[in-house]
Parts: sequence; C-alpha cells; structure tokens
Amino acid sequence: MPKDEQGIGASTKRREDIRFLTGDGNYTDDINLRGQAHVVFLRSQVAHGRLRGIDPAAAEAMPGVIRVFTAKDFESAGGLPCGWQVTDRHGQPMKEPKHPILAEGKVRHVGEPIAAVVADTLEQARDAAEAVIPDIEELPAVTNPKDAASDASLVHDEIGTNLCYDWGFVEDNKAKVDAAFEAADHVTTLELVNNRLVPNAMEPRVSIGDYSRGTGEHTLYTTSQNPHVIRLLMGAFVLGIPEHKLRVVAPDVGGGFGSKIFHYAEEAFCTFAAKAINRPVKWTCQRGESFVSDAHGRDHVTKIELALDKDGLFQAIRTDTYANMGAYLSTFAPSVPTWLHGTLMAGNYRTPLIYVNVKATFTNTVPVDAYRGAGRPEATYQLERVIDKAAREMGIDPIEIRRRNFVTEFPYATPVAVEYDTGDYHATMDKVLEIADAAGFEKRREASAKKGLLRGFGINAYIEACGIAPSNLVGQLGARAGLYESATVRVNATGGVVVMTGSHSHGQGHETTFAQVIADMIGIDADQVDVVHGDTANTPMGMGTYGSRSIAVGGSAMVRAAGKVIDKAKKIAAHLMECSPEDIELKDGKFSVAGTDKSVAWGDVTLAAYVPHNYPLEEMEPGLEETAFYDPANFTYPAGAYACEVEVDPETGKVTLCSFAAADDFGNVINPMIVDGQVHGGIGQGAGQALMEAAAYDATGQLVTGSYMDYTMPRADDLPYYAVDHSCQTPCTHNPLGVKGCGEAGAIASPPTIVNAVVDALQRGGHGHVTHIDMPLTPLRVWQAIHQR
Amino acid sequence: MYAFDLARPTSVADALKALQEEDAQPLAGGQTLVPTLKARLAAPSTLVSLRGISEMQGVCHDDQGRIHIGAATTHAAVEREVAKDYPGLAALAGQIGDPAVRNRGTIGGSLANNDPSACYPAAALGSGATIVTNAREIPADDFFEGMFTTVLEEDELIFSVRFPVPKVSAYAKFAQPASRFALTGVFVAQFDDGVRVAVTGASEDGVFRWSEAEDALGRDFSADAVAGLSVPAEGMIGDLHGTPEYRAHLVGVMTRRAVAAAG
Amino acid sequence: MTKVSMTVNGKPATAEAKGNTLLVDYLREGLGLTGTHVGCDTSQCGACVVHVDGEAVKACSIFALEAEGAEITTIEGMAAPDGTLSAIQQAFQDYHGLQCGFCTPGMVMSAAALLKENPRPSEQEVRDYLEGNLCRCTGYHNIVRAIMAASGQESAVAAE
Ligand SMILES: Cc1cc2nc3c(=O)[nH]c(=O)nc-3n(C[C@H](O)[C@H](O)[C@H](O)COP(=O)(O)OP(=O)(O)OC[C@H]3O[C@@H](n4cnc5c(N)ncnc54)[C@H](O)[C@@H]3O)c2cc1C
Ligand code: FES
Ligand code: FES
Repeated sequence: MPKDEQGIGASTKRREDIRFLTGDGNYTDDINLRGQAHVVFLRSQVAHGRLRGIDPAAAEAMPGVIRVFTAKDFESAGGLPCGWQVTDRHGQPMKEPKHPILAEGKVRHVGEPIAAVVADTLEQARDAAEAVIPDIEELPAVTNPKDAASDASLVHDEIGTNLCYDWGFVEDNKAKVDAAFEAADHVTTLELVNNRLVPNAMEPRVSIGDYSRGTGEHTLYTTSQNPHVIRLLMGAFVLGIPEHKLRVVAPDVGGGFGSKIFHYAEEAFCTFAAKAINRPVKWTCQRGESFVSDAHGRDHVTKIELALDKDGLFQAIRTDTYANMGAYLSTFAPSVPTWLHGTLMAGNYRTPLIYVNVKATFTNTVPVDAYRGAGRPEATYQLERVIDKAAREMGIDPIEIRRRNFVTEFPYATPVAVEYDTGDYHATMDKVLEIADAAGFEKRREASAKKGLLRGFGINAYIEACGIAPSNLVGQLGARAGLYESATVRVNATGGVVVMTGSHSHGQGHETTFAQVIADMIGIDADQVDVVHGDTANTPMGMGTYGSRSIAVGGSAMVRAAGKVIDKAKKIAAHLMECSPEDIELKDGKFSVAGTDKSVAWGDVTLAAYVPHNYPLEEMEPGLEETAFYDPANFTYPAGAYACEVEVDPETGKVTLCSFAAADDFGNVINPMIVDGQVHGGIGQGAGQALMEAAAYDATGQLVTGSYMDYTMPRADDLPYYAVDHSCQTPCTHNPLGVKGCGEAGAIASPPTIVNAVVDALQRGGHGHVTHIDMPLTPLRVWQAIHQR
Repeated sequence: MYAFDLARPTSVADALKALQEEDAQPLAGGQTLVPTLKARLAAPSTLVSLRGISEMQGVCHDDQGRIHIGAATTHAAVEREVAKDYPGLAALAGQIGDPAVRNRGTIGGSLANNDPSACYPAAALGSGATIVTNAREIPADDFFEGMFTTVLEEDELIFSVRFPVPKVSAYAKFAQPASRFALTGVFVAQFDDGVRVAVTGASEDGVFRWSEAEDALGRDFSADAVAGLSVPAEGMIGDLHGTPEYRAHLVGVMTRRAVAAAG
Repeated sequence: MTKVSMTVNGKPATAEAKGNTLLVDYLREGLGLTGTHVGCDTSQCGACVVHVDGEAVKACSIFALEAEGAEITTIEGMAAPDGTLSAIQQAFQDYHGLQCGFCTPGMVMSAAALLKENPRPSEQEVRDYLEGNLCRCTGYHNIVRAIMAASGQESAVAAE
C-alpha cells in the first residue's frame, strides 16, 4: 500500500523519536521553574475512617516548610467534577457525592490525600509530612463492588447508600429478553470477574502550578492526555479561574492509557497553592503513590447468560454486572460500565435481544475510570467467553459458532442502540486463521505434549466503538462535555504549515501521522509540516486523546481545516493566474489550471497571502489560516479477529503465551508501522490483564499489590512476537479519511483470546472440569483450577 | 530518604572503624538497601560503602579446591568467574534479578539480608558454605535464623564466603511473577559424602534443608528418587502469589527439576 | 553538600551532592541531563539505566558519591557529537521501538550493554536481558526487533 515514504499509507519514521532517543524530550518532571517549592501529600493509610482532626503545627515549624494545607483551605473551592451523568432504570440521576481536593470529614480509600505539605525542598516536605499526624477513627471497609451493594458499611453517609446507579439497558427489552430465555433450546451461563488493573504508564504523574501576580495568570504543567479538558474542569468547576487566565500545558507525556484523562486533586492543588504562596509548586508522583492515586481500571463482577437455539444461533443475552466506582466518581467513571460497555454487548453478532443491567457501587478503593478500552474490554470479555463456553457445551466448533452468528449486512442496527456502518467479520476471521497458522496447531500441540506441556488454541472476534461522538448523542446519554475535535491549520508565508490540534500525543505519533496527511493533501514534503499540541495557549479548544479518537475525530478536523485552507489558496491561485477557482487543481504542491500548462507553486500562493500586493483584497482577507471543529455523525467500529496459542505446564500451572495473531479492520490506515505498534502495545497490556495483573485489595482495604514487587507488569520475556495484519479494510463511511481508530483494539480483544486458549489447553489436556478461570491466570490460579475437582 | 553520610573506606580496617559510629550500616550493592532507604524504612547515620575495599572483591581458590568469594563481589562477577569451576553456583547468580541488578548486588549483601525469597541463601546452605566474617567463621547451617535474620552481630561484617565444590549441582527457581524473586527455589548439590538440598522462597522460617530428599537422593541421585516425597504445607508462606499448599507442591517439583538439571 | 566530579559522556562534570543524593538526581538536577528518567521507587523499571564504567546500572539505586571519578554514559552521550544516531538508536527509530519514549533511554542503554557483552544475541537472550526494563507502550515486539536489527540480525518475524 505505501505510495511513497511520507504520504497516507506510508510507514514514515517518526520525527518525535529523535528527541526521545537522544534524551531531548521534555516531560513534565524535566521542567523546573525558578523559585519552585515542592509539595508532598499526606495520604490516608486506612481505607475508611472518620477524620477527627489534623494538627499541622508541628510540621509547620519544621525547616523549610512554607505551609501545610488541609481541607479547610479549600472551603471556597468546588469538588472535582464528574463529566458524565448516568440516569438509572427509574429515570433518576446517579448519586454524585462530593469529591474533595483534600479529605473532608472522612477518608474513603488508602491513598486519599489528607493534607499537603509545601516546603523549599522535596526532602523537607517529606520530613514534615511525617510530622502531620491525622486523628482517624477507623471504620469497616468495603472493597468488592458486589459486597458494597448490601450497604453494610456506607462509603458516603450523606447519600445513604453505596449504590451510585442501577442502570438497565435497554429497559424496554427486558421482558422480551426474559421470554426469549424461557423459549431457548440452550442457555449458557458464566459468572466472571473482570480484574481490576492499575494503568501504570511508565511516566508517573507530575503537576507544576505557577502564578503571576503581575498578570493574574495561572499556568499548570501537567501530565495530561487533554489539557483543554483540565482547563475547563479545573477552571470552571473547581477553582473558579476564567479560561483566559489559565493556561494548561501537557508537554511530552510518557504514556496515558486513560489514566491521564482525568482531572486529579493534585492538579487543582498545585494551581491553587502556587497563588497562595506566590511561588511555583511542583509535585512529582512516586510510583508507590501512583498505585493508590491514579484511577484504576475495570473491576466488574458479572453474570452473563446466552440463549441459543438448537443450531447455535444466538437468541438473547442477559447480563448482570456490579461495577466498582471506587470511593469517588472520577471524571468519566460513570460512562464506562454503561454507555461504553452496554452498547457493545452485541459484539459482531446478530443477537436480536439484549438486556444489560449494571449496578455501580461506591467502595473504599481508589476511584475507577477508563483504562485502555474502557467498557469495551469488559463487554468483549464476557461475550467471547460465554460464546466459547456455549460452543463447548453444544459441541460446536468455537470458530463455526461465531461464523454462524456474524453480522454480514451493513449498516446494521444492534438492539443496544448503535449502528455499525461497515465491516467484514468473516474476512478478518479468515485472515487471523491464516496468519496464526491454525492448520498447523495439531502438530505443535503434539510437540508440546512430548515436553509434558498442554497446548491450547484461543479464538475471538471483537468489535469496538471508537472516535466517541457525536456530541448531541453523547449529550443525551449524560456527557457533560462535547466530544468534537478541533484543528487550526496555519500556513506561513514561505509555505510551511503548522497544524495546531486539540488531540494530544503521548506515544501515538501524531506529529508524524498528522503531517503525513497534510503533506498528502497539499503535495508538499512532510518536513514542511509541523504539528503542535498539548498547550492551551497555542491550540484551539479540543477534547484530547482517548477512545482511539485522534485520527478519526482530530484527524478529520484537521482535514476540514486544511480543506478550507486549500479552497482559499485556490482562490488566490485563480487570482494570480486570472482564471476561475473551479478550474484550479492542486497537485504535488502546484496549482495548475485545468487544460492549460499554466501553474503557480504552493509557495507563490502562500507568499501572496501574506504579501498581498497582487491579491483580491476586496473579496478576501489576506493570510492563510483556518480552523475547523469536527463533530462526527457516528462512532467508528473497528473490528477483527484474534487468535493465540498457549502452553500450560500442568505441574506448576504456569502459562506461556507462545504466539499471538491479530487481524484488525481499522478502515484506511495512515501509517501502518504506527498502527502495528498500537496493536502490539494493546496486546501486551491485554496479555498482562489475562495472565498477570491484578490490583488486589485485602479485607481491610489495603492494596496488596501496591508496587512492582507484587503487581506483575508484563516484561519482554513474558511475551512473544505478534503477527498483526490490517489488510482487511472496510473504510469508515462517515469521516473524510475513512479511518476507524486503532489504539485500543489490542487491549480489548486479547484477554478473552488468551483465556479461551488456556481453557482449551486444559480441556484438551484431560482437565475437562475446568470451564473457566478468572483473570489473571497466574500459575497459582491455573494450578488450583486443575486440582479443584 | 533521611539524611546520612556516605563513607568510602578502602580497607577492611577503615570500614570496621567507620562502622563503630552509632547507627552506621554497611552499604554493598545497595540493591536492597537503596529502595529501603527511599521508603524511609531505615535511618542510618552513616553508610559505609564496601565497594572500594579490594580485599572484599573477587573470587579465588584454596589448595583444598574450595572457592572463596569476597563479600562485595557482584552477582555478575560470580556468574562470570565461577562458570567453569562451579557452574551450578554461576547459574544461580545469573538468575538473580536483571543485568543491572547483577552489576551492583553482592553476595555478602544478599546473605546478610537473608530475604526469605532470595537465591544465594539456597546456594550457601545447599553447598554447606562457610560465611567468613571479621570475627569468626560461620557454617551456613548455623548462619540463617529465619526471615531477614542471621546470626550476624551488629557491626559484624561478612568478609567472604567459602564454598566447597560439589560433583554436580543445579538451582531450579520458580519465580514469583511480579518481583521475580524465588516463589520457590531449590538448590541441589551432590558431594562425595552426600547430597544437600536447600529450599528458599517457600518457608516462613526462610531457607531450609529438606533432609528427607537429601537422604533419598543420597541413595539414588535421580528425579524419580524424590518423586514420592513431599513437604507439609504447614509453615509455608501463603500470599497472593502462592498458598502454602502450592509452595509445598512446588518444593517437590523444583527439587525434581533441579536434580534432573544437575543430572 | 560536597562537590562531586565524574566523567559524563566523555567530559568532566562537577555538581553538588549530599551523602544521600542518588546518581539519577545528580544527573537530572545537578547536571541538567534529564534524559535519564525515574519510573519507580523499587529499582525495578529500568527507566534510569546508565553505564557506570561501561556497565549497565540503575542510576536510581546508586549514590552519586559512589560514582565519584567514574566514567558515566547516559542517553545524551549515545549519538555522535554531530547528532548522528548510534546504530542502536537508529534501529529503534527504524523499527518503531518506542512510543511515548519514557522507557526509551533505559532501553537503549540496556541494549547497548547487551550488545557489548554479546554482539549477536538470540531473540530469547534479548528478551531475558531486558528483564529489568519495563515498557508499557510497545508490547516489546518492536524493541526486540530493533535490538536484533542493531546486532545485524533481521528478526525471524517478517517485517510487517
Ligand atoms: C529488581 C531487583 C530484583 C532482584 N531480584 C532478586 C532475585 O531474583 N533473587 C535474589 O536473591 N535477590 C534479588 N534481588 C536482591 C539483590 O540480589 C540484592 O543485591 C541483594 O539482596 C542485596 O545485596 P546488595 O549487595 O545490593 O546489598 P545492600 O542492599 O547494599 O545491603 C543489604 C543489607 O545487607 C547489609 N550488608 C551488605 N553487605 C554486607 C556485608 N558484607 N556484611 C554485613 N552486612 C552487609 C546491608 O547493611 C543491608 O542491610 C533483587 C533486587 C532488585 C532491585
Ligand atoms: S527508576 Fe525504576 S529502576 Fe530506576
Ligand atoms: S515507549 Fe512508552 S513506556 Fe516504553
């Protein structure tokens, strides 16, 4: 597919790599402001307790201490806002207790900030933080979302319940779904846990607040995926700072995966404190601290039922989920188990009737919010696991049962409120079987058996909804923000282009791909295009990067803005060549008049725009710069099929991931190399969820896996090479690039693939009693499953 | 980290002098101590770095064929330097942590620390090594006193470790998935006068010898000889990564694998 | 505070340090070499790997004073003075061995140490050597490929 080395479809090498490879990146912690003070947060060591008092006097008297802050200092500030309101089955709004910057009255999870000590140096702040002793009366903790529903111990006394909402979707389908189960030939039931995860971007969070008394301007440098969202939420809802007096900068960001979408207490604190002490205030999170302060992901307890007819055709799906919100509602938390999960329960299949019930509860744990995939991995996992189980129960091949039920005609309206625009699920299934060499499995299985190892083959199909939008729809669903994206395309006099995008790159390579698109549209060298992002002072108001939305929504905004630029440039060119703009063609950086040999170069036109000596000033303003805001008509629906092989050592329970194959349909692809990389990373994280990672709480609410000593991160020697393919392409029908988004697919589709493979290995290996194991499939769990007869 | 001074003596005598200071503590590779200090779990007044003391570095042999390893010798150096003469020990050293950890961490630090899931204690006990300090010589059988405790007195410095070399030996390590320390590790060594089997990672009492297996292997050094044996789950560590039953089971599996590898 | 000197990237360097100043803080704060990163507090992530006298070391786990007089190489010293990338750096770009770039300095320094010890490692040896370097973005695939390529070996997987 590559046309050349730099346009759409080329695996252009990333320009951002040069600075990252030479130590020249500019991450937030690399920034130090003159005169900056350091803050250390005193965090709760107990999961739940009444905060009877805090005495900062001793700490305040210690060397270097500037001030100790507690909740009292934030009486005039708002709580951290939630950006999505869910309406429950009875039409009532969700419960939304206040989320204070520093704990008020109660502590509700281990890691909750209670006080903040600001000192000249970091070590002084740490010393002093040890001298702040809060008086806490411990209360019983609840950590499991299902247990919380009993209300035995209330996380928020004032709301009188731990239930945030009880959501039914689609409520009108409920009776029909129940009837379909009554009538079904076969019902498969599966109870499972979608394990809680800690996102663990390798760069810990950092915030630096700065304030100028001279101008009244605040600046916040922060590790964010969406600086404009932080500016809006923090300015308008927390601190009451008008946006023109607040600049938020997210420079190079070392990975996000969702965890850097949300507006965190530390950001508001540093912004507030910088003004209060009239010095910049810096906070650098330590890894141990990020385990108990970054929003976690997943944590669903689910019962799913699948009704089938005798041929294995799906008749209905019914699910019952408890979703953990944690102690407070993080920015987008309520949307994850609802709109990002329920709407995906149809998967790639023609199931006519679906009912999803989700009870979201508060617990004494770190807030839970979107983590790579957000809701869609939970949906895919349940569905693809229950399908595998049903296939086994009915004696139908797991690939065949999927094929029998695939949606094949598009557009397809699901019973869960979304409409798939295009897709070809058989094509990606064919492809994955080819690249996984499914035909050679039996031989490999025999070879493994000779070594005493049980080999299994796992298969999976998935669909996801990306490019989350449109704003008017998500608004009806409870979003309190728009979900459009913006871009300004500025052409300089000498022809260079600067794209200022509201998207944010924290590993995705926008500086390269966005430039590829512009280079292609204009026909200039990609080196002539610069992409600017991450600073509210020099980018248009945009919503940032998450939900695989950058190219689909941000890229579309850029294409629109560039289209406007080109239209105007054609008018200028027409003026210069004394013809009509309709006759002008732009190709290879040259404007020519159709049917003639007349042409002017891109650079001549851009120069004319800024040196408008020969210019239609009465018709047009000089200059060449346009902005566009793009609000898509629909989600995009990437889909595909994944397969993998595992070996299980029955003596130790250890699972080895031997091979992994992914066939994705992302529509058109701008940079195949980068798309491959996105899929690889997602598979790595998905393998982590399936086999290794768990944020585990004990009964008292302590996070047992609060460091890399106990939280298992996938390492290079845990993982194989992956075979990835995205040659099956059904371009999105409703955005200008025909793209769908690729950032989350790997993380969404790999966990069920791997669990299916392990169950397959055990079934084939004589352990037929094992029909399910909850993730992560650690050696201990697999060994226990084998031996629990 | 709390504040402290860092002393860098170049002789054992100077190191011992520096350690006289109240709350002074030796610093070897720092691969355990530095994270501990970062977590503010230790507050020494002075750290006495052992890296500059050449007498405590390196590997040599005595006329009885025993290997002497200086306490401040890194895991990487042990892996390299005993590869020919004591491959089982070299392989164990090569399985500790990652390359950067092995470039700093030392055998003396590991033994003094006696982490219940550390690897070296299994080698020392499994080889019947002798821990040589500035004050005395301590047989490995008497050295370890349960999790994170040894018979070392305050201010006593491990100077070197003396290993008799077995005919064959091997270490089988089942890694705790997150930390990659030993969830259960078994070191097996066959000498002319018998077999030693030392187990780390599994017991609440730290590293221990599995005498039943030693006897069985003394009669017949084969994996089959220990196939029917098991250790009781009682007293084994139970945590997120392994129940006591699981660890007890792994002791058997890893012993068989170590024997097969030594084979 | 005392002045501590060492040779960093071939040039003499001096900055203040206390007994408890870590090498990584000496480099980042004292010398302004912010390419070396800190990703954890338990010596496990490897974002901070530098070379001390030619060996890979986690700069978060040794004190600046311990490195007094030593030869230190950081990521900033890997390219030629004119900016030309070293073979390993170039391979990381060519094979897309980095995304967010945060783990990258440590990865490159570990890879350089590996290839010095073992110029033609197998895929498994590469993966094993990276045990102490965490990456959350790449799933390691392209990192391993880049290192294989830098050692002059095209990896077994077809370049997609
Ligand atoms: C990422 C990582 C992974 C690891 N994986 C493993 C593993 O798989 N297996 C394993 O066994 N270990 C592992 N370790 C621990 C590592 O082996 C340490 O190097 C070792 O435990 C301590 O040795 P050190 O030289 O670093 O000692 P230090 O950290 O310097 O000191 C440890 C303790 O010993 C004392 N001490 C040091 N030297 C002496 C001496 N000569 N005499 C008396 N007291 C002394 C110190 O005062 C301190 O109390 C790992 C460490 C890390 C960071
Ligand atoms: S910062 Fe994580 S190992 Fe050094
Ligand atoms: S590239 Fe982001 S952590 Fe490795």
